[in-house]
Amino acid sequence: MTTSTTPSTSTAPRGANLWGVGSFLLLALLLFVVFPLSMDVFRLGLAAKYLSLAFCAAGIVLVWGYGGILSLGQGVFFGLGSYFMAMFLKLEAAGNADSSSGTALSAFFGSAGLPDFMAWNSVEVLPWWWEPFHHVSFTVLAILIGPPLVAFVLGYVNFRKRVGGVYFSIVTLALAAIMAIMIIGQQGYTGGVNGITDFKTFLGMDLDTERAKFVMYFITAALLLLCVAIGAFILRSRVGRVLVAIRDREDRVRFSGYDPALFKAFIFAVAALFSAIGGAMFTLQVGLASPSLVGIVPSVEMVIYAAVGGRLSLIGAVYGALLVGWAKTFFSENFVEFWPYLIGALFIVVVMFLPTGLAGLVDRLRGGFLRREGR
Amino acid sequence: MNLDMFAMQAFTGLSVFTILTLMALGLAIVFGLMGVINMAHGELMAMGAYTTYFTSQFFSKYLPSLFGIYFLVGIVLAFFVTFAFGWLLERGLIRFLYKRPLDTMLATWGLSLILQQLFRQFISAKEVEVTTVSWLKGAWQASENVSLPLSRIFIIVLAVVTAAAVYAFLYRTRWGLRIRAVTQNRAMAGAAGINTERVDAFTFALGCGLAGIAGSSFTMLASTGPTTGQAYIVDTFIVVVFGGVESLLGTIASAFMIGQMQAWFEYSMSGSMARAGILLLVIVVLYFRPNGLFATKVRRA
Amino acid sequence: MPGLILQVDGLTVSFDGFKAVDDLNFYVEQDELRCVIGPNGAGKTTLLDMICGKTKPTSGTIKFKHLRLNEMIEYQITRAGVGRKFQNPSVYEDLTVSENLDISWPKKRNVLGSLFFRPNHAMTEKIESVATQIFLQDQLDIKAGLLSHGQKQWLEIGMLLMQDPELLLLDEPVAGMSAREREQTAELLTGISKGRSTVVIEHDMAFVRMIAHKVTVLHQGKLLAEGSMDQVQSDPRVVETYLGH
Repeated sequence: MTTSTTPSTSTAPRGANLWGVGSFLLLALLLFVVFPLSMDVFRLGLAAKYLSLAFCAAGIVLVWGYGGILSLGQGVFFGLGSYFMAMFLKLEAAGNADSSSGTALSAFFGSAGLPDFMAWNSVEVLPWWWEPFHHVSFTVLAILIGPPLVAFVLGYVNFRKRVGGVYFSIVTLALAAIMAIMIIGQQGYTGGVNGITDFKTFLGMDLDTERAKFVMYFITAALLLLCVAIGAFILRSRVGRVLVAIRDREDRVRFSGYDPALFKAFIFAVAALFSAIGGAMFTLQVGLASPSLVGIVPSVEMVIYAAVGGRLSLIGAVYGALLVGWAKTFFSENFVEFWPYLIGALFIVVVMFLPTGLAGLVDRLRGGFLRREGR
Repeated sequence: MNLDMFAMQAFTGLSVFTILTLMALGLAIVFGLMGVINMAHGELMAMGAYTTYFTSQFFSKYLPSLFGIYFLVGIVLAFFVTFAFGWLLERGLIRFLYKRPLDTMLATWGLSLILQQLFRQFISAKEVEVTTVSWLKGAWQASENVSLPLSRIFIIVLAVVTAAAVYAFLYRTRWGLRIRAVTQNRAMAGAAGINTERVDAFTFALGCGLAGIAGSSFTMLASTGPTTGQAYIVDTFIVVVFGGVESLLGTIASAFMIGQMQAWFEYSMSGSMARAGILLLVIVVLYFRPNGLFATKVRRA
Repeated sequence: MPGLILQVDGLTVSFDGFKAVDDLNFYVEQDELRCVIGPNGAGKTTLLDMICGKTKPTSGTIKFKHLRLNEMIEYQITRAGVGRKFQNPSVYEDLTVSENLDISWPKKRNVLGSLFFRPNHAMTEKIESVATQIFLQDQLDIKAGLLSHGQKQWLEIGMLLMQDPELLLLDEPVAGMSAREREQTAELLTGISKGRSTVVIEHDMAFVRMIAHKVTVLHQGKLLAEGSMDQVQSDPRVVETYLGH
């Protein structure tokens, strides 16, 4: 990437810290005060859905904007987080004594405690890899450790071998495709194309009530802001500068004594962590884990959230996800045929004319606050 | 497995190989020679297919007696339509993004979404079938138990002819020389008086035209819908990347290997596992040979 | 041999049959400033590439102190104490001058260390002093991409200073500079090579004369002549192939 498309928002000069903190507080205000006060539960639920996708967008800012790695497979990690949570919720629902239709069916088929879709698919015994998801602690650990670990290993192994930008993107594409194929193909174990749904409670708390939706929303918003803060911390640290250097001239960085593979793998893992958390929160709120959020199409769409918001801005990514998400809902409700044109055009326009997204626009309007003057 | 089954398997593998080659040739030119990743390549194939579809409609309505040749006309027309579209695309979008391959991926992805919706809205949301011409219907009885579909044989021949034509064009004509000059050393080519912009547009358009030919010929194998392009694109990319982007020969060799693997995978496991298996294999190979199987050691400056 | 910091033996690298460096022996003593000269294509840059790990030799060994550099990879070689400056100024254009120097500080270069790295007094002082040495003390907050060509060269030298290597490899450090800038750079280089061993590739003979202790002449990948500047300039083989009449 050249200087013309990546301006100086890479590290925190003295003045910008104030702006950064300010925007963060503004976002917090928006999410914690404005939204809940101005939206009904249904709209708030929609916002929560977009926010869970914003986790991925934030990760993409780190990995693409700063790391120079275009990951077209964040759906994989989102999906892992989503499905892990779904497995836990499903087992909780299946194990419940009070009969929901699902457990009644399972009981009828003679396999109580088994998720309904398994019973429908003549799977008689819970697969061993489902077992640990009976426990919430395992589930949480799986979500927080599994996807980042996979990402780190995959990333390191490839970056060590200097698998280049384009090729790695294609690898991430292939992975997204593989995961979607596997999930859909193994219907008995994963719910197939319909996904896993029909949850009732989370740790005893009924998921269907308004109160639960409110609580979930706030937890999601809080976790998102936490991730944004963590991302900002990383970027302001030396790691952030090294990433910018790697993005600028990876080969040269080796001669400054750094192993680029390690740094790239690290940031790829962080992005995976964010996406996984987003996936888990998505499942909790929307009540569904589905392969339609795992494959190539949704993964590439996540990139556009980051691109619209500004690939160099974590906070921009959140706004990007909200805006694009809202637009998608709006158009699906009113002009459903128009949506593909809009999002297609968005890809083209943002890439050609707005490489730094809305955040870049805002920066330019602020006029030189962050800019370093030439001689 | 007896000899007959083996022959059928080998033929299927050969058929898949030639199909992949046809699809990949266009992308190899665009990606390999120009470094442009056109995610809308699949939609260009679909465009070729739809052109053939319309040709068949036209002939059956206005020139029913000549219906037998509609297919050949369709292929030629598909080439020109996608060639022209490719030219416009290069001039209007691609040329601004030459030094930015990742951005090109995103922009052309957006284009593919738009094209898909255009197909859906203005042609049909449902898939359209094309009637195979009579002289390509049915199969050739090679032996008592071995029956080879004529349509697939045609595609094999078409692929060979096309590949040979592309090779001859690139290595035996002045235009081909210009293309190779520009893609290898733009500055010098320009200094030598070659209109590099025109060559770029031509090269890209050529790649698109080849996609059109591929799409057109596939109408014999399957119906065409708005998402047909997407179904083809992953395979095409895999073939090109697997083979090592800079080598057309590598692309062909890669198509062969993947074609064979696909045929054998599908024989021994379910369709979805086969696809997943191939993708996984490619990832592993890319790990060992990051620039593709047949990439040359010397990196271009 | 004692006193040798760099020992290159039988080094050969072949690209598709073409030998860019051919069975070269090259020895540099501790604290020496060696200039390597020769016509284009003589293998000078390739030699440096192999020492710092950018290119892998086909055969031969490179020993730096007790380490075999030809078996190590770039960042390991850098951490061992070898610093390279490239022919085209290679600075991080998107980072400021100060950040370029900061990133070259040779501590905590792994991920965890970098994550929690807090600039300490020693480092900030060093950045200031290096910036002054490279004449960029007023440009600390400017993005490196905005510097002039000569300033970028100095910044790169500054980055090397921060890294504090024992062996400095400089590839055409004054290429593209004005006469005045060359003088300043000569001053700079003589200063920083004190207490370090340095290998410099250059084409400007006046500049070489100003700084070199000893000169090595390469031609077609092989050693042509070696000695003091006077010895080399009067060597008939050198005159014929390189220096002209």
